[in-house]
Amino acid sequence: MSAVEAPPPAAATAARAQPPERPAKRVLRDLARSPLAMIGLAMLVVIVAAALLAPWITPQNPYDLRSLNIMDSRLAPGEVGFSGVSYVLGTDGQGRDMFSAILYGLRISVMVGVVACTTALLLGLSLGLVAAWFGGRTDTIIMRLVDLHLSFPPILVALVLLAILGRGLENIIFALVIVQWATFARMARATALSERQREYVEAAQSLGLSRVRILFGHLLPNCLPPLMVLYTVEIASAIALEATLSFLGVGLPATQPSLGLLIANGFQFVLSGQYWISVFPGIALLLLIVAINLVGDRLRDVLNPRNIT
Amino acid sequence: MGSAVLPSGGWPLVYVIRRLLQALFLALVMSFLVFAGIFAVGNPVDILIDPDATQAERARLIVQLGLDRPFHQQYFIFLGNLLQGDFGNSFVFNRPALGLILERMPATLELAFAAIVIAVVLGIPLGIYAGLRHGTIGSQTIMAGSILGFSVPNFWQAIMLIMVFSVMLGWFPVSGRGEVGEFLGIRSSLFTLNGLHHIALPAINLAIGHLALVIRLARSGTREIQTQDFIRFARAKGLSEPRIVLVHLLRNILIPIVTLVGMSFGGLIAFAVVTETIFAWPGMGKLIIDSIRMLDRPVVVAYLIVIVVIFIILNLVVDLLYSLIDPRIRLDGAQR
Repeated sequence: MSAVEAPPPAAATAARAQPPERPAKRVLRDLARSPLAMIGLAMLVVIVAAALLAPWITPQNPYDLRSLNIMDSRLAPGEVGFSGVSYVLGTDGQGRDMFSAILYGLRISVMVGVVACTTALLLGLSLGLVAAWFGGRTDTIIMRLVDLHLSFPPILVALVLLAILGRGLENIIFALVIVQWATFARMARATALSERQREYVEAAQSLGLSRVRILFGHLLPNCLPPLMVLYTVEIASAIALEATLSFLGVGLPATQPSLGLLIANGFQFVLSGQYWISVFPGIALLLLIVAINLVGDRLRDVLNPRNIT
Repeated sequence: MGSAVLPSGGWPLVYVIRRLLQALFLALVMSFLVFAGIFAVGNPVDILIDPDATQAERARLIVQLGLDRPFHQQYFIFLGNLLQGDFGNSFVFNRPALGLILERMPATLELAFAAIVIAVVLGIPLGIYAGLRHGTIGSQTIMAGSILGFSVPNFWQAIMLIMVFSVMLGWFPVSGRGEVGEFLGIRSSLFTLNGLHHIALPAINLAIGHLALVIRLARSGTREIQTQDFIRFARAKGLSEPRIVLVHLLRNILIPIVTLVGMSFGGLIAFAVVTETIFAWPGMGKLIIDSIRMLDRPVVVAYLIVIVVIFIILNLVVDLLYSLIDPRIRLDGAQR
């Protein structure tokens, strides 16, 4: 990178000069310095908490048919229903409370994103480390596969996989893992290659530690920071991709209504002006993604002070 | 000096040939993966033969498609059929799958083309502005907008566009391709007013994500190049600002942008799946979604092969263009 006018942030230089403090503590403190990141983090905590607690804080269980009243269908936000309940965000075509449906949807979306991304991270990380450490033919084979993979847009790969496998929770998680592992593998390999040159690896080698121990005990922890940034951002893109696929009707089945499916159900009503069935789940999705990206963006700066773009 | 940019002897033939061979090899690998995928997931009989077919028809097709033979023989038959452009018949339309896809390709291509034009024509000036006026309110607004462009999922954007501009304001039609005009033998919606009216919203929808990318690239390129000696020299020489920006700066930030445009053309064709479905645009993307929903597998397989070929060609073209724009790149050392 050529010289850019801004010098590294004072905090970063100071942190380097001082004796090292616990990395997690430093990250949190630096994160707290950016108001935007704190807003993101706060939003994220609220959204995830609401999603996890959905069954206890929603006014109705949107998928318990006994609690639905068809007379209440397609009520605008704030309208009072047949049974005297008022619906904050309106109701959908079956008289389902949108607020409850959104929280239940968030739950599924977050779960799918986190599970898929974590699996992809573990898979990509292992392959990337193996490629970097062993080099030679192993490296070539793994990286060729990664290149091949990354030359196709994720949505197409996922679409094709789901076209073959069919809809379903396991299938979409599988498809997301297949889509994302290569990104992690490439990043893990690049980081590991540059970390390998550092003195501590040499020191560990001269101490006669085993390969496995150096790889997992020393190299791995030092490769984690950039991967954590990628992990955060990729969760957002996994959630967006799942929503897109579910919207298109190839992702989750109707029994697992994620946000994408809620938006799809509301799409037909948009044309007749009943906007809320599609708009509110969309806003929830957008807030979730923006919150994750805000945190991820700041994490990138905190964990990598050299990166100024 | 414009002439200095062209490589002196054109492209070395060896490089082009080697690149073509690589592309062919990749196509071969992908065809194998597709075939293995079909084979691994289930019985190819169920995938390639219409479930409504009678027993006699099934038996005849199994022999005709060679599904009674061992794996490697089946693959060669599959490959042979591909080379002859025979991708099987669509269950739904009962017509050759390849023909169906090629028929709908122009609509997709024109949509992607319109989106690229929007992304580049708006994105480069906005990005250069944000780079030159770094830190100003205008620049920050542009960058915040680009972050939003990344974050808003494409399909929801489309719904919002329809809601605001079609339903509430009534400015644009909700769906369809509109009238198709003919110009120089090419039939496209871009040549009629009604067609342009129809393509506006879908094209904007498809463009927004890439617009954000172009803005970011143009901005970071501008910021990086602005401080380099040749720009300072041009300033010191007293060249006018428009000349510095349009000639010296633009040419140097163009390299990553051309790569992006080339690569994103593929991405646009992929994302057209979403846009086309929502706006009922009669292109390949809508066809593939409909086919997936109706389990019309020959069309899905054919679409896959067509997409792979498009991507291989795109990668090739981008590599060649890249070396044309930036002569510093040594062709024989280029790897992909």
